[in-house]
Amino acid sequence: MQPDSLSFIFLNAFIINNFVLAMFLGLCPFLGVSGKIKTAWNMGLAVIFVMLVSSTCAYAINFLLIRYHLEFLRLICYIAVIASAVQLVEMAIKKWSPALFRTLGIFLPLITTNCAILGVALFQTQRDYDFFQCLAFSLGAGAGFTLALMLMAGLREKLELADVPDVSMGAALSLVIAGLLSLTFMGFAGLGG
Amino acid sequence: MTRDPRTPEALSWDTFIQGLWRENPVFVMLLGLCPVLAVTNTAMNALSMGLATTFVLLCSGVLVSVLRNLIPRQVRIASYIIIIATFVTIVDYAIQAVSLDLYKALGAFIQLIVVNCIILGRAEAYASKNPVVSAFVNALGMGLGFTFALLCLGAVREVLGSGSLFGLSLFGPDFQPWAVFVLPPGGFFVLAFWLFLFAVVRKRLKVTESSMEERTNAA
Repeated sequence: MQPDSLSFIFLNAFIINNFVLAMFLGLCPFLGVSGKIKTAWNMGLAVIFVMLVSSTCAYAINFLLIRYHLEFLRLICYIAVIASAVQLVEMAIKKWSPALFRTLGIFLPLITTNCAILGVALFQTQRDYDFFQCLAFSLGAGAGFTLALMLMAGLREKLELADVPDVSMGAALSLVIAGLLSLTFMGFAGLGG
Repeated sequence: MTRDPRTPEALSWDTFIQGLWRENPVFVMLLGLCPVLAVTNTAMNALSMGLATTFVLLCSGVLVSVLRNLIPRQVRIASYIIIIATFVTIVDYAIQAVSLDLYKALGAFIQLIVVNCIILGRAEAYASKNPVVSAFVNALGMGLGFTFALLCLGAVREVLGSGSLFGLSLFGPDFQPWAVFVLPPGGFFVLAFWLFLFAVVRKRLKVTESSMEERTNAA
């Protein structure tokens, strides 16, 4: 595979350098919203959508900023775009599915502060991707995030029935599982060549 | 968060200590975990990241608190984010000017301070409801608590993963480094270990407290 082909960029963001498990981006929702598979799935979809919108906007904005030599405003512009995209999604979900709105709770506005989304915008700028590469990259990153979230949610649903010592309940146990998942995903590193 | 936004908390020792121990952002509230795991492969990186975050926390906390009556409620999150992004840009350029090596080691994670949930969380839950001095003290406590947590992880990972601390070799040339601790999975495992430890300590403390109570009740 060519290193700058669309399929490689997608696979790279999806599993080889999984955003959550290899690059540590987007851990807060990864640990916070991974209690149930259904919620995890919805959260994943919301994140993919916001990622696509913000990545497209970031590409356009970067184009303008470079044209007028305003690179120091990049971070502020990116984050403003992401915040507005999240607000849009929040209003849409509140209107169409109040139940989902309540389950996602504080984690919905916090998508704004999901590092994975800003990470996509920053990395695509750093690596000089063109428009279609940006799309492939953000889709891959979003899919990778959703995959990690779903795997985690599945494991945690099983864990509720398991008999574990009191002190290890909750976050510590989730982190051990995340570590094991991360070890597994290191196995995909060979694909990158 | 359900409190009336106009009633500020009284400034006390607790405002400061809250962030360091009882509500430690990392070990208790599990916020801002991305940099905690991503840049703690050496103690030096951990310390610089902690200090950079503390700086942003302090500046944004003070500014949000100053502007708390001017920002309309509907656009508050966006306004906080812009304030935070400004300070992060300053830190970003400052680190680039001071040490290029450090800048490369921390990578995109300096710019990603913008989306550290601790900072936005403090702005929303504390600085926007309290006077400047309390906001400053609270942010300082939180920042130091965060730095402390980063150091806890960075030190363990560097000692086990490369056999050194702050770049100084500890075990001599024969030490076989435990490479997994510098790699991503190591971050998860070390943080899990600290959480176990704190859970055990907290449980012990609770047991001692309740047995003391029983004794006083019996007397």
